[in-house]
Amino acid sequence: MVSICFYFQVHQPFRIRKYSIFDIGKNDNYFSDSSETNLNNERILKKVSEKCYLPMNALLLELLEKHPNFKISFSFSGVYLEQLEKYAPDALESFKKLVDTGRVEILAETYYHSLSFLFSRGEFYEQVKRHEEMVQRLFGQTPKVFRNTELIYNNELARVIESMGYKGIIAEGAPFILGWRSPNYLYSPAGTDRIKVLLKNYKMSDDIAFRFSEKGWKEWPLTVPKYAQWVNAVNGGGEVINLFMDYETFGEHQWADTGIFEFMRYFPEEIMKNPDNNFKTPSEVIDSYPARGVFDSPRFISWADIERDLSAWIGNEIQNAAIRKVYSLGFKILKAQDPELTEKWRKLQTSDHFYYMCTKWFSDGDVHKYFNPYQSPYDAFISYMNVLHDLELRTDEVIKKKILLAENLKENIYKEN
Amino acid sequence: MFGWEFPPFNSGGLGTACLGLTRGLKNNDIEVTFVLPRKVDLDVDFLKIVYGDDFGSIKKSYVINSLLQGYSTSESYEQRILADGEKKPVIYGRNLFEEVERYASIGGDIARNEDFDIIHAHDWLTYQAAINAKKVSGKYLVVHVHATEFDRSGGNNVNQYVYDIEKKGMEEADAVVAVSNFTKQKIIENYGIPSNKIKVVHNAVDFENYTLHEMHTLKKTKKIVLFLGRLTLQKGPDYFVYAAKKVLEYYPDVVFVVSGSGDMERAIIRKVAEMGMADKFIFTGFLRGKDIREAYHMADLYVMPSVSEPFGISPLEALNCNTPVLISNQSGVSEVINHCLKADFWDVDEIANKIVSVLKYGELQRCLRDNGSKEVKSLNWNDSARRCVDIYNDLLRRKE
Repeated sequence: MVSICFYFQVHQPFRIRKYSIFDIGKNDNYFSDSSETNLNNERILKKVSEKCYLPMNALLLELLEKHPNFKISFSFSGVYLEQLEKYAPDALESFKKLVDTGRVEILAETYYHSLSFLFSRGEFYEQVKRHEEMVQRLFGQTPKVFRNTELIYNNELARVIESMGYKGIIAEGAPFILGWRSPNYLYSPAGTDRIKVLLKNYKMSDDIAFRFSEKGWKEWPLTVPKYAQWVNAVNGGGEVINLFMDYETFGEHQWADTGIFEFMRYFPEEIMKNPDNNFKTPSEVIDSYPARGVFDSPRFISWADIERDLSAWIGNEIQNAAIRKVYSLGFKILKAQDPELTEKWRKLQTSDHFYYMCTKWFSDGDVHKYFNPYQSPYDAFISYMNVLHDLELRTDEVIKKKILLAENLKENIYKEN
Repeated sequence: MFGWEFPPFNSGGLGTACLGLTRGLKNNDIEVTFVLPRKVDLDVDFLKIVYGDDFGSIKKSYVINSLLQGYSTSESYEQRILADGEKKPVIYGRNLFEEVERYASIGGDIARNEDFDIIHAHDWLTYQAAINAKKVSGKYLVVHVHATEFDRSGGNNVNQYVYDIEKKGMEEADAVVAVSNFTKQKIIENYGIPSNKIKVVHNAVDFENYTLHEMHTLKKTKKIVLFLGRLTLQKGPDYFVYAAKKVLEYYPDVVFVVSGSGDMERAIIRKVAEMGMADKFIFTGFLRGKDIREAYHMADLYVMPSVSEPFGISPLEALNCNTPVLISNQSGVSEVINHCLKADFWDVDEIANKIVSVLKYGELQRCLRDNGSKEVKSLNWNDSARRCVDIYNDLLRRKE
C-alpha cells in the first residue's frame, strides 16, 4: 500500500512599498503600493488569483466531487488569508468550498510566515495561536499537524511542537539530509515520544513543481501514466509519498499552457487505477502508519535553495542586521502596547522580506531574482530599514505619551489626596 | 586597429578600454597593429604600435601631432588651440573637423603598408581613416562604439558633422560593436542600424592588486561621498550636487569630494557655494593614476549619476578599490554589475535616499563592498576580447 499525501503551501507576504529616507516620520503606510510594479500587493494577489487560485480550486473541487477517495491538504499563512479577505473574497470562498468537502486538511503554521521560532519563542507561540484562531474562524477546523515557515526544522522545533499538542510535523526530505533513509516512511523526531515527522519526497515533488515544463529534462513531457508508474514503483518500498509544493506551482510557476492543469485533472484517476494506491491527508497518514525510525536533525534545515539551510534568509550581513533590528524592537513594541504598531511590527517579520535581501545570486540566484519584486537585494534592505526606523520613532512616541500620561495621573492622584 | 589615445596618454575611458582590449586580444592569440594619431612615448610590449617614424617614406603621415583628444567637442578643441597655440606646433588644421579629415587621409596609406585581416576602429574620430583603409584593402571593417554624439551632447545640440561621420562609419562597417545594450539601443534608434548587425561586447577592467594606503585623515572623522569624472553634462555632476543638498538634511556629517575637470567646473563650484554647501565640498581638480586610486580608497561611496553613459568603467575601478558604488540606470556598466545600488540620474531623491542608506547602515556598505569587489573580479578583458574574436571569425567565415 502506498499513500499519496499532497500538501500545498499558500502564502503571499505584505510586501513593503518603496520607502525612502524621506518617508520616515511622514508616512506610516508601509505595505500599500498602488503602482504597476510587483510591490503592489493587491495587484499581485488578484493576478495570482486569476492564474492559479481560482482555476486550481475549481479543478480540485471537481476532482474531490468526482473521486470520493481523493484528499489534499493546505497550509495557508495568516497574512495570505488576510489578503484574501481583503482583495479576493471570491478565492477565499472557493477555498472554503474545498474544505467543506471534508477531505481537505489544513495545517498549522505561524500567522506571519515568520522566522520567530529562531528569534523569539514568545512571538512564535503567539503567532501560531493567532493562526489557529483564524483557521478556526474561516474554515471551522483546528490544525493537528504543524509546518514551520519554509519547512525550517530541527529537533528542538519538533520537541516544542510535541509539547504544544500537535501529532505531527512536516520537514524537507532531500537526500543529503536523509542519508540512507527513504522519505517514503514516517519517522519519529529525535527526542520526542509521540509525534511523527512527514518528509517531503523531494524528487517526486520537484518533478511537478520545478521540472514539469523543463524541456531539457529527460523525462519531459511528464505524463500522468509515466508519473503513476513511478508511484507504483514505490509500492513495497515505502508507505507514503509526500508531495509538498507551493500552490502557485499550478498556473503561476508552471503556466496553464504547460499542461499542468491537465496533468492534475487526470492524476487521481490514473493513480487509483492501481488498487494498492490511495490518497491521505497528513493526519490520516500519521494515524495509518507507524514511525519506522528516528529522524535526527540537530541543525536547522529548510526546503529552500540547493543548500536546504537558512542561508536564503540569514546568509549575509544585511539580512542579519535587518532581522536583529526587527526582533530587538520587540521590547519597545511590548512596552508601547499599541495594537496597530504591534500588527505592523509582526507583518515586518514575514520571512519574505529577508529572502528579498538574499545576495547569493550566482548559484541559486535565478530563483531569488524571479521572486524578488525589488530591483536588488540592497533596495529591499533600504526600504525595510527605513520602515523599521519609522516604526521605532512611532513606538518611541507612544511610549513617551504613556509615560507622560502615567505621570499626570500620579500627579492628579497626589493632588487629590 | 585605429585608436585615438592610449594610456598613460589618455583623457578618459576610451584609451583604457583600448589597452584592455588589445591586451585581451593578444591573450587570445590575435596580433594587433595599433594606429595612433600622434607620437607618444609608449612602452608596450604586447602589440605593434604604428608610428610614422618607423615607416620610411610615409613616416610623417602616421604621426599626427594633433591636439585632438577623444572627448573633444568642436568648441572645446578650439578653446584648447587658443590656449595651447603659442606653445605647441599645430601641424594640421585649426579646427577639429579638419583634423579628423587629415587623420582619415592616412588610413589608406597604412592599409597599403600593413598586413592584416580585419580593420577595427574605435569611435567616430577614427572612422574615416578606417573607411579609407577598407576601401584600399577590401578587408572587413568593425567599428567599435564607445560613445555616441547623443551621449556626449546629452541629446541636445547634436553636432550634425559628427553624427554624419558616426552614421557613415556604422553603415560602412560590416559589424558594429556596442559597449552595452544601452548603447546598442541608441545606435538602433538614432542611427537606424539593424539590430542584428550590432554586437554587444561589455568593457572589463584589468586589475593590478592595489595595496591599501594608509587611511586618509579626512576619512577618520567624516564619511566621504565621491564623484569622479569629467564635469560635463553627460556625467551628471549637477545631480550629484542636488542630491548632496538632500543628503545633508538627513546626514550632516559627510564630505562630498568632486574629482575631475570640465566645462561645467565653474558652474558646479558656483552652485555649491550658492546652495550653502561650500564647507561640505572638496574639489580636487583632475586626478591621475595613483591619486585616482587614493580617491576611491578614501570614499565610503562612489556615485556615478551619468545622464547617458555608454559603458562607464570607473565604477569597476572603484569596486576594485573596495569602494561600493551607486550608478545611474542610464549606463552600460549597470548591465554587468549586480552588487551595487542603482537609480535614475534624474531621481535626486532616490540618489539621496541611497547615499544616506549607505552612510547610515554599515552592513549595507560592507555587503555592497564585499560582494561588489568579488563580482568585479570576475570581469576580464580576455573574455571581452574573445567576443571580438568571435565577431572577426564570423565575418571571415562569410567570405568562404
